[in-house]
Amino acid sequence: MIRHAFVATLLLSAAAPAIAATHQVAAGEGAQERLQEALILAQPGDTVELGAGRFVLTDGLSLDANGVTVKGAGMDKTVLDFTGQKGAGEGLLVTGDRVTLRDFALENPKGDGVKSKGADDIVYYRVRVTWTGGPKATNGAYGLYPVESTNVLIDGCLVSGASDAGIYVGQSRKITVRNSTVSENVAGIEIENSRDALVEGNVATRNTGGILVFDLPALPVMNGGNVIVRGNQVFDNTTANFAPPGNIVASVRRGTGVLVMANDGVLVEGNSIRGNPTSGVMVIAYPLAFTDTRYNPHARNVTVGENVFENNGTDPQIDGAPMLLQAFGGALPPVLWDGNFEGQTGLRVAKGVAGWSLGLTRPAQPLEESRPAPLAVGTPAAFDAAGIGAPAELDKRI
Amino acid sequence: MRGPIAIMAAALLAFAGALAVRAAAPVAGVADAAILADVMPPKLSDFGFFADAPAQVPRDGVVPYRLNTALWSDGADKLRFVYVPAGARARARDAGDDGGLLDLPVGSALIKTFAFTEDGRRRLIETRLLLHRAQGWVALPYLWNAEQTEARLALAGARLPIATPQGPTISYRVPNKNQCKECHGVDGAVVPIGTKARNLAHGWLAAMVSAGRLDRMPQGADAVPLWEAREAASAVAAARGYLDVNCAHCHRPGASASNSGLDLRWEQADRAALGVMKRPVAAGRGAGAMLFDVVPGKPDESILTHRMASTEPGVAMPELGKDSVDAEGLAVVRRWIEEGAK
Repeated sequence: MIRHAFVATLLLSAAAPAIAATHQVAAGEGAQERLQEALILAQPGDTVELGAGRFVLTDGLSLDANGVTVKGAGMDKTVLDFTGQKGAGEGLLVTGDRVTLRDFALENPKGDGVKSKGADDIVYYRVRVTWTGGPKATNGAYGLYPVESTNVLIDGCLVSGASDAGIYVGQSRKITVRNSTVSENVAGIEIENSRDALVEGNVATRNTGGILVFDLPALPVMNGGNVIVRGNQVFDNTTANFAPPGNIVASVRRGTGVLVMANDGVLVEGNSIRGNPTSGVMVIAYPLAFTDTRYNPHARNVTVGENVFENNGTDPQIDGAPMLLQAFGGALPPVLWDGNFEGQTGLRVAKGVAGWSLGLTRPAQPLEESRPAPLAVGTPAAFDAAGIGAPAELDKRI
Repeated sequence: MRGPIAIMAAALLAFAGALAVRAAAPVAGVADAAILADVMPPKLSDFGFFADAPAQVPRDGVVPYRLNTALWSDGADKLRFVYVPAGARARARDAGDDGGLLDLPVGSALIKTFAFTEDGRRRLIETRLLLHRAQGWVALPYLWNAEQTEARLALAGARLPIATPQGPTISYRVPNKNQCKECHGVDGAVVPIGTKARNLAHGWLAAMVSAGRLDRMPQGADAVPLWEAREAASAVAAARGYLDVNCAHCHRPGASASNSGLDLRWEQADRAALGVMKRPVAAGRGAGAMLFDVVPGKPDESILTHRMASTEPGVAMPELGKDSVDAEGLAVVRRWIEEGAK
């Protein structure tokens, strides 16, 4: 419903002079319309400021303007409550460039939490997405979901309960995900079909899998790689997989710390990886059949450097686990490799890093044909970290 | 900060043209300035598209049309009109060129009114406008009042209870301005969807040519089956027409669901792109317990039909403009899958 006084603003908005304005929106009656109107009327440079309180929403929100900041009073103070959502595939959809989202929360979106698509130069700072009933297959898929975007910074965010990935970055370039906490999701952080990503200083715990880096076939953007996973705490990822079958994450084994699949150039270093019952780090080729001739299913140029590994592989969700545990003396070594490699680009691990191989020789080979053996691979060459991560300019907005 | 006085001043200066149009009531013809100016007029009547708006009687130059197969929107009746400004002509494109989407000149408008029949009487719900301005197409939603005398700009959309023709009363969603673009967006710009030669009748196109509003007859017109005559068409043509019109505005390269890799356009010949044995990417729980978008011969194992048959947000497709299931559309797509999804 459009109020009378609103008309002047409407007439103005389309050609207003570019002076930054702040549009304040309070929780309470009519929050859906008031907040959505503010998001539509915001001009580049403007801030939509959300007051403290609970915004009860019935439909997805969307922001299509460039250069807008949406700012709440804090991720525990400003809550966009989608428990009663009736439509749309996500809580908030962002399609504008140079958007900053900060200091607010979304609870119980029916689909994804925040999706930013084709939204370049985006900053997510201290945004929380929570499905308050804990891990459930009926929860939405992704908490934070930037896709088809260049220059993405996610910092200080918190996601729990996603039935797919807490923080999912897909088909994007120049990405930093840091200082964020992901818990009780199927996948904590997922970097998919993306390049130049830095995943640093995050806490991933009580998910099914902590941090996943992979490529899938038959997508518009492929050839993912150039990814650094560094300085993260990846521990006790023990939640049973609660993803609906059919999605790739439904195949993630409970207790996977870091998974690298079908990617080119990945460094896993300086992390603390503890208490992940299937494997601390898993490096594998894409295990399913595919027809896309553009797709390379191999994990290439993957380096596992020095990490703190403790108490991983104690209860692996792998066929023949009792025999394997017995063979390896009660717990599997922290690095699992499927054995697939292409040319000279196979897995390398730092001196002293223990691992084991399934001894497979081709992608999508049946696991019954595996020939487990201790890992015997070369030590790493220097990893070229140039150009990885979101550009430093994005830091200025936080 | 913008003060109220600055607002008024800027509004008066920048939009004197539009204001003048509105001041000259009643509007004598279509208000070209309202279409062209960089404004969001608050009332549908500001445009002057209708001689009698409540009865949806258009003014001269505002031409009704229909599509062979239409987007289903909770069973709403849709009244469609196209306006081409006096002295201008639309340019035809052949079906091989983006389906033959009519190239409507700047100053044109597409007008679509959504209505339901209640107690034997037609109730107008909303009128959506696509306005072709110098800077591109602009989408604006207008919501009809209870008295049915005027429709007002509803930037943020609305929800209202509607008794649908198929039975249940639903919470009908009027989309907000941004959501217009979710369907009408290709490569970041708003574009018309429906007015493609392949989905328009030969007769209507010929009449447009004779009236001097269209430069020539396009090749490949009228190829999509007429929905009410779909039984006479092949299962493939009926389903592919339906999928193109109902899904492909998002599920195509450059549009809202491009990242899914699913491309349901009429012209798409690659069965994998059409979803045949294609694994979902970001479907999340929308995939249900199924592994592939389309499993030939098995509609009950296909994510496509699973999502069409749902009304639950996060699962239901389309994501917008749907609060109930299109049983007829679902039947057509199921039949296509049963017959092998060719």
